[in-house]
Amino acid sequence: MNCAPRVLVLGIGNLLWADEGFGVRVVEEFHRLCETADNVRAMDGGTQGIYLVQHIREADILVVFDAVDYGLAPGTLKLVEGGEVPAFLGVKKISLHQTGFQEVLAMAEMMGDYPAHLLLVGVQPVELDDYGGSLRPAVKAQIEPAIEIAIEWLARHGATIAKRAEPLAEEETLASREMRIGIYESGRPRPEEACCHGDARLLANGAFAGPANFEREVDALLQSSGGQG
Amino acid sequence: MGIRTPNGFNLDTSGQRVVVDPVTRIEGHMRCEVNIDENNIIRNAVSTGTMWRGLEVILKGRDPRDAWAFTQRICGVCTGTHALTSVRAVEDALGIIIPENANSIRNIMQLSLQVHDHLVHFYHLHALDWVNPVNALRADPKATSELQQAVSPSHPMSSPGYFRDIQNRLKKFVESGQLGPFKNGYWTNPAYLLPPEADLMAVTHYLEALDFQKEIMTTRTIFGGKDIHPNWLVGGVPCAINIDGEMAAGAPINMERLNYVRSVIERTIAFVDNVYIPDIIAIGNLYKAWLYGGGLSGKSVLAYGDIPDKANDYSAANLMMPQGAIINGNLKEVLPVDVRDPEQIQEFVPHSWYKYPDEAKGLHPWDGITEPHYELGPNAKGTRTNIIELDESAKYSWIKAPRWRGHAMEVGPLARYIVGYAQGHEEIKEQVDSTLRVLGAPLSALFSTLGRTAARALEAQWAARKQAYFLDKLIANIKAGDSSTANTEKWDPKTWPAEIKGVGFTEAPRGALGHWIRIKNGRIENYQCVVPTTWNGSPRDNAGNIGAFEASLMDTKVERAEEPVEILRTIHSFDPCLACSTHVMGPDGRELANVKVR
Repeated sequence: MNCAPRVLVLGIGNLLWADEGFGVRVVEEFHRLCETADNVRAMDGGTQGIYLVQHIREADILVVFDAVDYGLAPGTLKLVEGGEVPAFLGVKKISLHQTGFQEVLAMAEMMGDYPAHLLLVGVQPVELDDYGGSLRPAVKAQIEPAIEIAIEWLARHGATIAKRAEPLAEEETLASREMRIGIYESGRPRPEEACCHGDARLLANGAFAGPANFEREVDALLQSSGGQG
Repeated sequence: MGIRTPNGFNLDTSGQRVVVDPVTRIEGHMRCEVNIDENNIIRNAVSTGTMWRGLEVILKGRDPRDAWAFTQRICGVCTGTHALTSVRAVEDALGIIIPENANSIRNIMQLSLQVHDHLVHFYHLHALDWVNPVNALRADPKATSELQQAVSPSHPMSSPGYFRDIQNRLKKFVESGQLGPFKNGYWTNPAYLLPPEADLMAVTHYLEALDFQKEIMTTRTIFGGKDIHPNWLVGGVPCAINIDGEMAAGAPINMERLNYVRSVIERTIAFVDNVYIPDIIAIGNLYKAWLYGGGLSGKSVLAYGDIPDKANDYSAANLMMPQGAIINGNLKEVLPVDVRDPEQIQEFVPHSWYKYPDEAKGLHPWDGITEPHYELGPNAKGTRTNIIELDESAKYSWIKAPRWRGHAMEVGPLARYIVGYAQGHEEIKEQVDSTLRVLGAPLSALFSTLGRTAARALEAQWAARKQAYFLDKLIANIKAGDSSTANTEKWDPKTWPAEIKGVGFTEAPRGALGHWIRIKNGRIENYQCVVPTTWNGSPRDNAGNIGAFEASLMDTKVERAEEPVEILRTIHSFDPCLACSTHVMGPDGRELANVKVR
């Protein structure tokens, strides 16, 4: 009998929106650097919602990489564990995904299969309002630290991740060949060819800035969410 | 004081204004404003997509053979449909003939996505507009079991104990105060009509569907070679076939895998027949007096068609999913549709936040321009960054207004089924007639919110079965000695003409989807998508025609203005996906619907 815990290493986010691609880029690099044994799965979750529920249900241990707005200095990594994770992924102005990942977790829980251990490795984005853009240097620099943190945390939870003797070539990873970071960055249209800034209202009102008092806002939302029916 | 629109709606803005922003449980971000009269009837409707679109921003100058992968990332839902539309557009430009096997495999993948998307849309994004999970706590499990056996005798999960377990699980969830996916609801609203047992049965199926849907995905994983984001290929499909080959990761498709696909198809058919369809009939029966929401469906509908029987023939006669246009409610005449004709499909921007050199004219997508121009009308309330009330007489949406020969059109499963029905499409006619018979409803009942929801279910049933047709066809063709899956003759850009253009179209789960591409010196010069929600969510045009969402809200009675469940119900029935029609969601796109009544 195989008793090794089943591990899902999941990157979420939209590759097309600059630092929103952090989660997917981290998981691509994780796959390039690390052996994925039978019990360890690395997955590019993109902006998928409900289709991810099954994969979460199958995992004993879940690591999620994502760009999350914590109101910290741009490029800062922030770790959140266990029961705190959902709140960080579904609250207003926090996650930019189309289907809230919080809801995905709630669905897994409702089905009675919730990971025993859960870690969110988030990065504070520098830039999101750049359609077609790639990771900014400060965020890109956090890819390897994010992986190291995840490996170390997984080891503490009984899942040993081995590094590959030789990292995979970029085209051999789980990244889609057409979207791998080199091609993605070098093939981008010049700004004079195509306008790539975001919505004027969001740029003007700073809607992407973190809340002034994040903890209080989360508390308020958590308290109010039960009474909205 | 009212205005009559050219497409036949009387708009009256004198009543109080209700603003719903954002409309929740959809992909992306949208806002609705309506005026309701003293009897709570909607007399004016304004729908707007926030944020702006423009895929050329990302694709200009790139390799056309890679475009599918980028379009697949626009949105989290129709990934595969965008990819398919994109490879078809490039193949059209280059005159690439794909092998029969590639056509069969693409059709299986596309049909698989249709069933998957329809099922998930109904249970996880739309059912809660009809079904009240809090009311389900009051159900008697024994009576629920009897109801289940009455509506679907073949469904095995129907014991009182089973429903009691689900009810307890639900109770625990509700009592913990978290409500999870059920939190965005108005559970005391009188618009909810189901008895507690029907609510419990439907919530149970919500969970069953959540569990089952993972199986449907495996078909696309097998052919696409990768979970969640399958691979696609200009010229065919990226999977090799070796029918007697061994099972191994990365090995070609063999008989064992094809047999697995067949078992998935069979289970899908059973789930749709035993769960989805009976639920639609049961809900339809209990809500059949609620026939709001028809909008444009009884007037003007459009379908590009899809699922070519033989490879490479995209003419209406060869497409198994219907193609055609109906205008002015004339079901006797289905007009031919040509996505290349510059006179047929045009996008207008007088009410959209874009600039054209001459805004009295529409542009065909091959000549499309996406130049953002954000300005509020003189009667808008609020500021540029915090709109309180839109001025629909001016520009008011980030969605363009596509028109077919000048007509605002509805697209989607209901549009396809109306076109198919009018054409005398046998399978569609059979399905529609028998459903109406069971419900004791007239054909006109089809032109409604419920009709849209029912057409989606019938289409899921049709699509599930058609997968088996193409699997048989694929296996027969392989056995006849043809295992080819891709044509790479024109893979090398050196063989391409200097300047070419092409168009690809599909029927995405939520409606007609087209990609128009121009290629210059081997690179993308212009790339325009007109997506289903651009059609359905379009704002007014230069002639004053209102769009499909707007039309569908007209004349609906709202029980409680501050809890517009009726608006959500009708908008959700379109399965709107704003992520690609307008691009990116607001950072607040996940909060509870925020309703303001003025």
